[in-house]
Parts: sequence; structure tokens; C-alpha cells
Amino acid sequence: MNQKTVQRDRPWLMRTYSGHSSATASNELYRMNLSKGQTGLSVAFDLPTQTGYDSDHPLARGEVGKVGVPISHIADMESLFDQIPLGQMNTSMTINATAPWLLALYVAVAERQGVDPSQLQGTTQNDVLKEYLSRGTYIFPPEPSVRLTTDLIAYTVDNIPKWNPTNICSYHLQEAGATPTQELAYALSTAIAILDAVQASGQIAQERFQAVVGRISFFVNAGIRFVEETCKMRAFGRMWDTMAQERYGVDDPKQRRFRYGVQVNSLGLTESQPENNVQRIVLEMLAVTLSKNARARAIQLPAWNEALGLPRPWDQQWALRMQQVLALETDLLEYGDLLDGSPMVEAKVQELIVGAEAEMARVAEQGGMVQAIESGYVKRELVQSHTRRMRNIESGDLKIVGVNCFQETAQSPLTSGTDAGIMKVNVQAERDQIVALQAFRAARSQGEVDASLAQLRAAAADGANIMPSSIVCARAGVTTGEWSEVLRDVFGEYRAPTGIDISMVGQTGSAALDDVRERVRKTGEELGRPLRLLIGKPGLDGHSNGAEQIAVKGRDAGFEIVYEGIRLTPAQIARAAQEEGAHLIGLSVLSGSHLELVEDIYGELEKIGVSGVPLIIGGIIPEDDARQLKDQGVAAVFTPKDVDMNAIMADMVDVIRRANGLEAYA
Amino acid sequence: MNSSELPDPAELADAVSRGERAALATALNLLDDRRSESRQCAAQFLARLQQDESCAGGRLIGITGPPGAGKSSLTAALITVWRQRGLRVGVLAVDPSSPVSGGALLGDRLRMKTSSDDDGVFVRSLACRGEFGGLSAEVWPMSLVMLAAFDVTLIETVGVGQREIDVSRMCDTTCYVAQPGSGDSVQFLKAGILEVPHILVVNKEDMGAVARRTLSELGAAMNREHSDGHWQVPVLSASATRGSGIEALADAMEQHHEMLLARNELGPRRQRYQAQWILKRLLDEFGSFGIERLGGEREIFDQLQVQDLALFEQYEQLRQRTVGFYNDIQPVL
Ligand code: B12
Ligand SMILES: Nc1nc2c(ncn2[C@@H]2O[C@H](COP(=O)(O)OP(=O)(O)O)[C@@H](O)[C@H]2O)c(=O)[nH]1
Ligand SMILES: [Mg+2]
Repeated sequence: MNQKTVQRDRPWLMRTYSGHSSATASNELYRMNLSKGQTGLSVAFDLPTQTGYDSDHPLARGEVGKVGVPISHIADMESLFDQIPLGQMNTSMTINATAPWLLALYVAVAERQGVDPSQLQGTTQNDVLKEYLSRGTYIFPPEPSVRLTTDLIAYTVDNIPKWNPTNICSYHLQEAGATPTQELAYALSTAIAILDAVQASGQIAQERFQAVVGRISFFVNAGIRFVEETCKMRAFGRMWDTMAQERYGVDDPKQRRFRYGVQVNSLGLTESQPENNVQRIVLEMLAVTLSKNARARAIQLPAWNEALGLPRPWDQQWALRMQQVLALETDLLEYGDLLDGSPMVEAKVQELIVGAEAEMARVAEQGGMVQAIESGYVKRELVQSHTRRMRNIESGDLKIVGVNCFQETAQSPLTSGTDAGIMKVNVQAERDQIVALQAFRAARSQGEVDASLAQLRAAAADGANIMPSSIVCARAGVTTGEWSEVLRDVFGEYRAPTGIDISMVGQTGSAALDDVRERVRKTGEELGRPLRLLIGKPGLDGHSNGAEQIAVKGRDAGFEIVYEGIRLTPAQIARAAQEEGAHLIGLSVLSGSHLELVEDIYGELEKIGVSGVPLIIGGIIPEDDARQLKDQGVAAVFTPKDVDMNAIMADMVDVIRRANGLEAYA
Repeated sequence: MNSSELPDPAELADAVSRGERAALATALNLLDDRRSESRQCAAQFLARLQQDESCAGGRLIGITGPPGAGKSSLTAALITVWRQRGLRVGVLAVDPSSPVSGGALLGDRLRMKTSSDDDGVFVRSLACRGEFGGLSAEVWPMSLVMLAAFDVTLIETVGVGQREIDVSRMCDTTCYVAQPGSGDSVQFLKAGILEVPHILVVNKEDMGAVARRTLSELGAAMNREHSDGHWQVPVLSASATRGSGIEALADAMEQHHEMLLARNELGPRRQRYQAQWILKRLLDEFGSFGIERLGGEREIFDQLQVQDLALFEQYEQLRQRTVGFYNDIQPVL
């Protein structure tokens, strides 16, 4: 066939989720990525920005510029997009609780660049419900949070018509253990909750409501079972189409298209033999590209070193090249849908739809997604699914190459460099950011700031759309922390259910578990009372999977578990350890700020007179840091390659024994 | 705590009375400790503590009701109100434990997260380890420690039925939290445990009509005097998450407390309850044999009621006597 005559589809949007250190450093990275053929921007914000704190807030310590870019005010936002014309850019921002604020800053920067905000294109993730279930960067209780979400939607539909105001996410649910059926059910139930809220808010005229439905897009996951995942995408499309038509009366089929972006599964990417992750990522990408009628609009891929730490530019480039090879070298884009008409595929799609509809009905019965989240139901279902997954990995029923089979490996050249194969964020970045922030505050007009904040407070309290006053704040030089503080004051803060109070999953008695239980019981007897483990999630880190799984397993093993959920201060953790009489403090930190947090917790323990309680930690901890932590007194360090949970439990018992002058078992 | 490091009972009691947090933690750990040398130390410690006036005062409040009704959330809201009123608060939160592994998830604390640098609040979770009809054996002595150090001591227990009775046999004031819409609460009250709570509160009034309906159902069922006498049981409405109705709830608790004080009932009531606890504890430790040797349940109970020696001192003496019996019959090796 003559190459020239072949019609190829346009490839999807290729993005790299990135941002680090500072607005200036991230801007350089973005411009470099764009020059490499990346076609859109995907901004990762640091945790203080996502949870509404300025860089100099005590809770931000160790987190500034670490997992994303710090944006405290309009000048930061301006540097982030320096020499990037916003009128031509398609920018995706992974931002939720503070989404109205970051969009306000984006609009204000566009104005300064001379771009008409109505021309802006891009996405704010703005799906706060999944934050309570998985991602963890919520601030306010569900009700006012949903209101902020709907305000942003209503504002953009009228004023920035090409903006995707919300990206309903099932990605994060799979990362918290969800099955394909659960992903379908909870994402679509979330869409219902949000659309119903927009309708109920009365901000959108009935005849414009179809356009709102048409602007809703999704952000999904694709796991390693790529055939089933393809079917899930087809199921999504069909269910959404039906829902848009039947529930919301959308008659234009184009407005009912299931538009979605993807990040492929990262939970299954391993620390052991990390090069294998490349195969996993490529196969997962197939799941969302293979079927033309269910193909992703935008894709971002994790890097091979996902479970080791943050990716370096070269790692991200490799991930981008995977997409380019698939889109440009293979013949995938030359064909129509490859799966239409396959009875196998059709049967699987039907099975998923039936399962998802049943779960959606259970959620609806409870009053909808918001209620099912508040009651803890959905979170418990997710923890339960994840517990099953962990059990299956432990038992070997779920095979993971290099982890629970074929563990033997030659020395990897990928991780042997001086940087151990990951990116280290410059510690100076935090200090520089704080200096710049304080200089910025000193230079602005305080009168203007106060006036705009008063306007914001009034809008928050009386129910006016939050966007206009937020944009006024952005122009006036208000900071992220100030904007959030006003809303915290009006709306209050929230702590989400932890979901660990599940009934026990498939109690298959194993010899290893029995053995551990016996050790826990005996040691408790020797020490006079049942062993008590305090699980702490200090700092702004929202990664809760590990803490939840340790909690569930710990209870199974006979520990009394105290776990208060994410985002506690070192002082709160130290006090809890004292008040609860913990035998062991187990921290879980995946955000990379473990060195600062452990130091702070030791300081707090000493301050209140707690001594002799051993401390262990688990999470993404590079080897060098693990050594340093042990030098500081940490009794054990666990990382993702420690998948044998019984062994972890046994280690914990021994740590307690040693700390109490008893002989260890192992 | 190694046995070699057992605290000095007298020093510990003094430090607890001064409200020192580290001492409080040590005391609670000691009371939880089942080794016999620790128990002995605990008994001495409690006896000493009881000599102090502080644990004869304070308010001991039980909060109970079905799981999910919002007991922990209400506790958190009450803590805020009490702190504003200048009262120091200790909380004992009892959660169920797993019958299979003995492990437990102690989740109440999550809802009670309060200002982290407030020395006026102390929360201790307890697993009910399947004893005392569901209440941990440790709850009672721990509540004495809390009373010594705080103005208000609150005990949260979960479940419907027996446990409510237990908690009400321990506290000055018992408050039942009802969940709107669930027939449970009304059923529960009809099931003849009407005597138990001194205060009824329907939480989650923000849910609207359904909460109002439950309120009126309970109001109709409860419009009566408490069996303790001299007390009309108020039926209140509140929302822990909105913070509404919390002041009124705290006021009702305060009124009940004042009624007890005015009628001089606080002392005798605690004396009676504590005597019951001591009996249970002796039975637990020495079995019916030990109880018989001491003269039988009735006899011990009456003695405990009349004497003005601090109860834990008496308890300690009874223990020593029983241990003595055992020593007498121990064969010499
Ligand atoms: C799942 C996941 C998520 C989920 C989290 C869902 C949830 N509720 O937990 C979602 C999608 C929400 C998420 C979001 C983000 N993530 Co993420 N995420 C992961 C991922 C893929 C897996 C982590 C996981 O859950 N593993 C499964 C659990 C069971 O394993 P584990 O926690 O490691 O626990 C094991 C051991 O470590 C140990 N352990 C852990 N804790 C404890 C505690 C005790 C007491 C003990 C004894 C043992 C122990 O035992 C466990 C058993 O094996 C990792 C990469 C990876 N593959 O590890 C990135 C990763 C942790 N994420 C990362 C980042 C940057 C983020 C974001 C901050 C991105 C952003 N800029 O917005 C966000 C925001 C999250 C937030 N609020 O903090 C980075 C962190 C970088 C770093 N440390 O340098 C990682 C490493 C990815 C990467 N390479 O960039 N993420
Ligand atoms: N709507 C509403 N929900 C509440 C209220 N109080 C508590 N809740 C919710 O009810 C659930 C159970 O609360 P919790 O205090 O743990 O109940 P407990 O089991 O009785 O201690 C949580 O999801 C709370 O957020 C309230 O006043 N209104
Ligand atoms: Mg509770």
C-alpha cells in the first residue's frame, strides 16, 4: 500500500505530569518538554498549594516544591507560564480543593499576557469527592466543597466556554484498590452528584444545561489486565451516553461523548526489578488506545522508576517516547475500531455494566455519592478491595513478576548511578520560595488585599459564585494561604472516614498469620496489656493505602490499632502516642518529607516526656535516607518491596520486644 | 513498662492530681496492666489517689447510643464548648474488639481531633475486650484517674443494650444519642431500658425532616420523670457537624450535675457504683471461692457501703486478705 494515501487518525494529546522546586524551574521544564513534542501541559502542584497553605506555613515544612510546583500568588503563576502563550496552550491542572483559586490565578495571568480569558483552554481537575476517598487533598466538608465545584463549573460554562471545568476521576480510585466495576460505579455516581448539584444551584438556565453535561470530562486509570480495561472504557462510554440522555435529557449525541484522559496504573509498578515497569506501562497504554471508539483524548504515563521516587527529566522523556512510538510508528491509528463486533468483548462489557449499575443503585439508595462518602461506605468498599488485592499478592494468587515470582535478578545498571535513579529536589528551593513569598507580601498593597478578601468572605458566606471575587483576589496579590484561610473560616475543616473498619476479608487461616497472632498475644501478656500500635500519617501526605493496609492487617494479627487518618502534625502524633499508651509508633510517609517529619516527631515526643516508645516508618524511602533514619533512632524502615505483611507484623513485634528488654523472636 | 520500672504509687497519684500529662499516661498504662505486681501497684496508687479530694468532684458523663449516631462527633463538639467554659476534659472512648484476633481498631479519636497543643484535653481509647457485658474492666479505675485530673470526664461506649446499663452504672449522668430515622432508638427505648439515660439527644438535626420526626417520636415516648427521681429527662436536638444545639446539651448535663449536688446524691451514688465494681473485680481475680472466704457478696457489698475508708484502700485490704487465704493453703515446697 502506498504510505501517502493512508489516512491516520490524529494522535491523542500527550502530556507529562510535572512540576517541582519553583515556578521558574518548572517553567524551564515545561518549555523543554514542549520543544520535545509534548502537546499539552499537565501541572503538578506541591502539597501546600493543593491543601491551601502558603510556603511558609508550619505545615508546609519539607513539602515546598517537592512533589510539584509551589504557587502562592499571581507572580508565581506568571513565572510558571513565562514565554508560554496561554491563548494557544492547553493546560491541565491537577487541582481540587483550591481549584477555583488556581483557575482565578490562571485567568489573572492571562489578562496580564493580554489574552482574553474566554479563549483559554484546559482542565481543572476539580473533583473533590474522590479526594475524600483516595487522593486526600480535601479541605472543607463535602457540602461546601461540592458548592465550590459547582461554582467553578457554572462560571466557566458562561465565561471560559472551552474550559473543561471538572475531570471526574476514577484514576485515583483504582490507585486506592478499586475494581473496574467500582471505578465505573463511583465515577458515574460522582458525576451524578455534581451535575445534580449544578442543576440545584440554579446558576445555569435549563436550556444551557446540556452544554454543562457536554463539558464534563473524565480521568481514568488503565491497569495491567488490559483486555478487561479496554472493555471498561467501552462500558464507560455506553453508560455515560445513556445517563446523559435519560437522566439529563441531552439529545445531541456529540454532547454525550465520553471524553476522557488517562494516567495508567501506578499502584502495580514495582520497586523490585523496576525495569519491568516499562512493559507494564506500554501494555496499559494499549487498553486506552486499542479501541478507536473508546480511545483516550489525552494520555500521561508514569515513569519506570515510579516506585523509587520522583522521575528525572530523562525518565519522563522515556515515558513520552512510549506514546510517540505507539502513535507514530505503529499502524494503530490507521484503522477503525478493532473490537466492534467481538462477542467476547461485548459479553465482558455487559458484565461490567451490570455490576456497576448494581453498585450505583446501592449508592443511590443511601442518598447519593456524598452521603455514601460521609457514612464511610465507599471508603470501606475500597479498603476492602485493596485488602483483597494485598492478600492475593501475599498468597501468590496474583502474580507480580519480580515481586512474588522470578525474584532473582542481575544487578540493574538503571539504579546504580550516583543519584540512585531518581530526582532529588534541591533543598534550597524551599528557602528561596519562602524568601520570595515574604518579599512579595511586603510589596503589595495591603488595603487592596484586605478589601478583596472581604469580598471573598462575603461571597462564601452568602452563596454568591466564588469565582469573580477569587479573580479580584488574584489580581490584588492575595496568597494561596490567605484565600484558603478565609474559606476555612467560613466553611470549617473536615476529616474523612478512614475505611479501615471493614469486616474481615475471607478469613483464610494461614500458618504464618497464626504464628504472628501468637507472638502478638504472648508479647502482650508479657508486657501486661495487649500490644497497641499507633499508625501516624504526619504532614500533608495523602497516600493512605499503606497505613490502611497495615491497620487492617495489624488488627487481624491482634494489635490494638489507633489510626486517625491523614494529615496530622508531628505534635498531634506525639500526643496521641502518649495519651493512648502506644507500644509502637508506625509512621507512613510517601511524600518524600520523611527526614524532616521524623526529626519533628522525635522533638515533640521529647517535649512532652515520652521516652522508650520505638518508632518505625514505611513508605517511599530511598536507601540513603533509610540509613540516616536508622542513625536517628528509627527501629525499622519498610518500603514497597516489603510485600509480605506477616513478616512486617513479626518485625513489629520484635521491635517492641527489643525496646522492652525482651528477647526478639527472630 | 517493665516490672522493674513500676512507678512509685504515691508519687504517681500526686502527679496525676496535679494534672501532669505524662503521669496520667503512666497511670492509665498501669491500670491497663494485668501482671500481678502491676495490679498491686495499681491498687496502692488508686487507694492513694482516692485520698485526694479531686476525684470526689468533677463530672462523670456517659455517652452512649448506636454506632454511627455521632457520639464521637458530639464529644468533639462538647469538648469545644467545655473548653470555652474553662473546663478541662478527659475522654475514655470504648470501641469493640475483634473476637477472632483480639485486635481492635480504635477509631473514635479520629472525630475528636482537637487543638494539638491544648493541655486541657486528653483522649484515651479502650478496646472492650469482651468482659463486663462489653465494658472493659479498666474503664472504671481509669475514670477515677481522669476525674482526678479533669473537670469533666466523658465515657463513650457503643452498642445498644447491656452496655448502656453498664455505663449508666458507672457515670453520674448518662446521655443517649439517637440516630435520626432509625427505628432502633425508639425500639431500644421501648425495650424497657427507658430508665437508663438522663438526657436524650437526637443528633444530625441538619438532616431535616427525618431528624424532626425522630425527635417527636422520642419526645412522645420519653415525656416522663427519670426513675432516679427528681429529674425530667430532656429530649434535645443537635448537630455535631454544624455545632448547633451543643450549648444546650452541655447545659442539660450541667443541670443534672447540679441536681445531684443539690440533693447530695453524687457521693453516695459513686460509692455504690464503686462498691459494685470492686465486687466484680474481686470475683474476676479470685473467683467465687475468694468471695466466699471474704464472707460472701452481700456482706462485702454492705461493708464497702458503710465504711468511710477510701474504697480502693478497702479493696486493697480485701485483696491482701484473699491473697493471704491462698498463701495459707499453699503447700510448702
Ligand atoms: C497509589 C499512589 C497514589 C494514590 C494514593 C491513594 C491512597 N489513598 O493511598 C494517588 C493516585 C491518590 C496518589 C496521588 C499522589 N501521588 Co502517589 N503514588 C501512588 C503509588 C503508585 C503507590 C503507593 C501505594 O499505595 N502503594 C501500595 C501500598 C500498600 O504500599 P506502600 O504505601 O508503599 O506500603 C508498603 C510499604 O511501604 C510498607 N509501609 C508503608 N507504610 C507503612 C507504615 C508502617 C507502620 C509499616 C510497618 C509499613 C508501612 O508496608 C506496605 C506494605 O507493602 C506510588 C508509587 C509506587 N508504586 O509506590 C506513588 C507516589 C507515592 N506518589 C507520588 C506523588 C508525587 C503523588 C502526588 C503528590 C502527585 C501530585 N503532585 O499531586 C499525589 C498527591 C497525593 C497526596 N495527597 O499526597 C510520588 C511520591 C514521590 C516521592 N516520595 O518522592 C510516588 C512515589 C510516585 C512517583 N514516583 O512520583 N498516589
Ligand atoms: N449530617 C451529620 N452527620 C454527622 C453528624 N454528627 C456525626 N455525623 C456523621 O456520622 C458519622 C458517624 O459519626 P461518629 O461521631 O463517628 O459516630 P459514633 O459511632 O456514634 O461515634 C460520621 O460520618 C460523621 O461525620 C451531624 O450532626 N450531622
Ligand atoms: Mg464513636
